[in-house]
Amino acid sequence: MSASVQRPYVSFYPPFHAVLLGGATALFLGALVSDIAYARTYEIQWNNFASWLIAGGLVVAGAALVCAVLGLLPSRRSRQSVLHVVVLAATWILGFLDALWHARDAWASMPGGLVLSVIVVLLACAATWLGCWTTRFGGTP
Amino acid sequence: MNRLSLTVALSLATALAGCSREAPPLQYGADPELPEPRRGLMPDMVIASPAGWGDRLPVVPEGFEVRAIATDLLIPRQTLVLPNGDILVAEGRGGNAPSLKPKDVIAGPIKAAGTTQVASGNRLTLLRDADGDGDYELQTVFADNLNAPYGLALVDNNLYVANQDAVVRFDYRPGQTQARADAPETLALLPSKINHHWTKAMTASADGRLLYVGIGSNSNITERGMVAEADRALVWEIDAATGMHRPYATGLRNPTALAIQPGSGQLWAVVNERDELGPNLVPDYLTSVREGGFYGWPWAYWGKNVDERVRPRNPDKVAESITPDYSLGSHVAALGLDFSSEVMGPEFADGAFVGMHGSWNRADPVGYKVVFVPFRNGRPAGDPIDFVTGFRDDDGTTRGRPVGVTVDPRGALIVADDLSNTIWRVSRIGAATAPPTLPVEPQPADAASDDATDATPGQGAPEQAPSR
Repeated sequence: MSASVQRPYVSFYPPFHAVLLGGATALFLGALVSDIAYARTYEIQWNNFASWLIAGGLVVAGAALVCAVLGLLPSRRSRQSVLHVVVLAATWILGFLDALWHARDAWASMPGGLVLSVIVVLLACAATWLGCWTTRFGGTP
Repeated sequence: MNRLSLTVALSLATALAGCSREAPPLQYGADPELPEPRRGLMPDMVIASPAGWGDRLPVVPEGFEVRAIATDLLIPRQTLVLPNGDILVAEGRGGNAPSLKPKDVIAGPIKAAGTTQVASGNRLTLLRDADGDGDYELQTVFADNLNAPYGLALVDNNLYVANQDAVVRFDYRPGQTQARADAPETLALLPSKINHHWTKAMTASADGRLLYVGIGSNSNITERGMVAEADRALVWEIDAATGMHRPYATGLRNPTALAIQPGSGQLWAVVNERDELGPNLVPDYLTSVREGGFYGWPWAYWGKNVDERVRPRNPDKVAESITPDYSLGSHVAALGLDFSSEVMGPEFADGAFVGMHGSWNRADPVGYKVVFVPFRNGRPAGDPIDFVTGFRDDDGTTRGRPVGVTVDPRGALIVADDLSNTIWRVSRIGAATAPPTLPVEPQPADAASDDATDATPGQGAPEQAPSR
């Protein structure tokens, strides 16, 4: 605890970025779980939940992407931060495709929506891991 | 990489969005071509661009003329020609379906841009042409404070109105221009929860004892869940005397207009079919409605073609599905139906008129016209003939959208237009336009005799046959 206070680089930005990454991952994970529930029960409400969770995930992941792009400033840029942006952008794009897929009525959203949700969650986890690694929260960039 | 991915994604989406530039298959008649289901990631939406009529008029066949007999209405949908020649117009907009998914929030305002911006009238307007010159000089509110009225039927002195939540009954006296102040009595409550498809089409049986009411599904294809579809996508038969009802036919996704075929007494319907299977699926249709028949929705379309979007599956119901009689084409949005008669001239004497509201989810828009489906020996025979066109230009400029169509026994077709809020009258040039023989003002003697006929409604005399 005391160690982090002594660090010279203390910024609002890295923890906020981390919260966004964690939030997006959780929302996409919620969508995946809802998709699984719909596929097992045919209960349509799970499909609605998934659609809104993906929409929320896109909003939060979009904000995280802005933070990640700011991390590309020359003073902070590293191979990891570039990779982080790339993976996060891929997360967002596939998440958007997932949203379009979920806009199809009833079972037309399956199984493609479920497959996309799995990929998006994996990408979101990878982006979060890369982001945490590169920004070294609370530490020097 | 980022830009590349985006480009790939967008071109993928465009490619998947249904390449509908190819020639559409022939989709009229008993045996339409049905392509494979296809649904891109992005929907095809081509929304009408509303514009005023100005000096222009709809286009009608040679030997006919068209004029606007009422304007500035509040969303006219269906019309009823009364025995004395007066016309009743049901005005309103219903439905209270909440947005379910993000796409509903986005698509709702886009679709609304292609419709009228006026508020729902929730009323019946009466039009009168007392001197028979084709000019309806009286336009007055017959009844107010209704709830999205749509279907209309007159049996003797009973005027039935199908609101979006109930069938109500007014006492009607010949010549009456305004309903009595006391509210109409409710004959039967109708399924109205959500009301994704809210229009309650209605017609009376030939003997006037029964009412048929079309109740549309509560979703496109069960995306609101199967629970929401209880008592939906069917035609009810209601006993006009007691209000008791039963399902007459089921599996009809959205039966938007009903009519009794003269002579046979057979019930016919136009039905709007499901979306999101591509620009050429599923054809809207005109069909005779068999008692106890099941017409496929949601498990199957056009007979026994399985709709894979519905879970759980139901092979038994698929096997049971009746193939409709006559395809009108996909996405034309048929909303009006009435059978013709000799008064429309020899070319249009035997058949049915169908009002087509027009598509919103097709790259190459269709509908936006009134067609005549010729019949022979009581069955549809031949391709539909354009009867009223000119509602929409190729550049998307849309001046009107036809809904209800009603044959006026004086030799005209009454067309309700819910975009320009106009009633059009397409009449045969030279057709008799003499004032009706029935008295225009109520007379005590007639009122008494009407009461007398009430006990034995409509015994086949043409004057007593229920109007649609």
